[in-house]
Amino acid sequence: MTEIESKLLEFQDRIDRDERIEAKDWMPEEYRRSLIRQIGQHAHSEIVGMLPEGNWITRAPNLRRKAILLSKVQDEAGHGLYLYSAAETLGIDRDTMIDELHSGKAKYSSIFNYPTISWADMGAIGWLVDGAAIVNQVALCRTSFGPYARAMVRICKEESFHQRQGYEIMLDLCKGSSDQKAMAQDALNRWWWPSLMMFGPSDKDSPNTAQSMAWRIKRFTNDELRQKFVDMTVPQAEILGIKIPDDKLKWNEERRHYDFDEINWEEFYSVVKGNGPCNRQRIEARKKAHEQGQWVRDAALAYAEKRSKKIA
Amino acid sequence: MTNWPLFEVFIRSKNGLDHKHVGSLHASDDNMAIENARDVYSRRMEGVSIWVVESKHITASDPKENSAFFEPAEDKIYRHPTFYHLPDELKHM
Ligand SMILES: [Fe+2]
Ligand SMILES: [Fe+2]
Repeated sequence: MTEIESKLLEFQDRIDRDERIEAKDWMPEEYRRSLIRQIGQHAHSEIVGMLPEGNWITRAPNLRRKAILLSKVQDEAGHGLYLYSAAETLGIDRDTMIDELHSGKAKYSSIFNYPTISWADMGAIGWLVDGAAIVNQVALCRTSFGPYARAMVRICKEESFHQRQGYEIMLDLCKGSSDQKAMAQDALNRWWWPSLMMFGPSDKDSPNTAQSMAWRIKRFTNDELRQKFVDMTVPQAEILGIKIPDDKLKWNEERRHYDFDEINWEEFYSVVKGNGPCNRQRIEARKKAHEQGQWVRDAALAYAEKRSKKIA
Repeated sequence: MTNWPLFEVFIRSKNGLDHKHVGSLHASDDNMAIENARDVYSRRMEGVSIWVVESKHITASDPKENSAFFEPAEDKIYRHPTFYHLPDELKHM
């Protein structure tokens, strides 16, 4: 056995014993690369994810809702930070990650390439998009890489209000006038399928899943998590009294799960490739924010320099 | 020993957990600080990883300023999940 082979075996042993891997531990290059890709993507999703909701901060219907939405968007910025920092422990630097987002080399969750056209979308996003994110993130709290797992624990704690505020918006609309209820239904119609797509390609088309599961980066497959989300969410829609846009959705007593229709994978891959309704707009907004923030970063550095001279 | 700098010691008790502050010690340099931290703070296998950092490199918030410093978070009760009143029959949220 070569040295690298025995190292790989030892590494897999540690994983199988459910040990956590820490940044300075030896790890296979491919493990490192997969994690950098996955954590980076996750971080970018938090950051780009601020845009669709940011769209409504100035137009929230009252001060209470405005303060809540602002707080939620602030949380997402924080989530981005925790994740970028976790990725940086693996030896990639922040600027490289930001460049990869801007150039399109790095991906982010496709859900954020859909537009937010009504106030009810703030409800649907909190309820469904944060709801789906939570299912995914709860599973990741036990991922094998320590810094990623710890970031997830922190994030999960903060997420719980996100989903509840969204559901509360939906509930208020559904208890309101028929127009308001129709708004809630329309938002559900538009966000349901993209939310299911958040869990990624189906297992049979997800070639990286097996390795990710073997390394316990992932603990559940995409389809398992998607099923879990559907099972949790259907009764929540029933309480609201609105209809999930899927005629094939039905409780399956034998499986003890809901059956649901096939996802429109063509749409999924088209949005991933950059052809969703808002892909270009999102990246443009990120780039613009980065460029227009340059003077702030420069000023902070100049101020720090000035102060250090004063002290010295 | 008066001119030996003070170091703060952080120990990770087990992979997967954060390093936690356990105390401090004086040492002539980083290496000695790590070795002495091992010898005094992990004699009973308390850790799998040790960090030391010279105390002067730690910038701390000022306890006298606490009320003003932490004030921004104080009135934002809507950041807590319990702020939202949702129906009892609602599950998994
Ligand atoms: Fe988040
Ligand atoms: Fe969130």
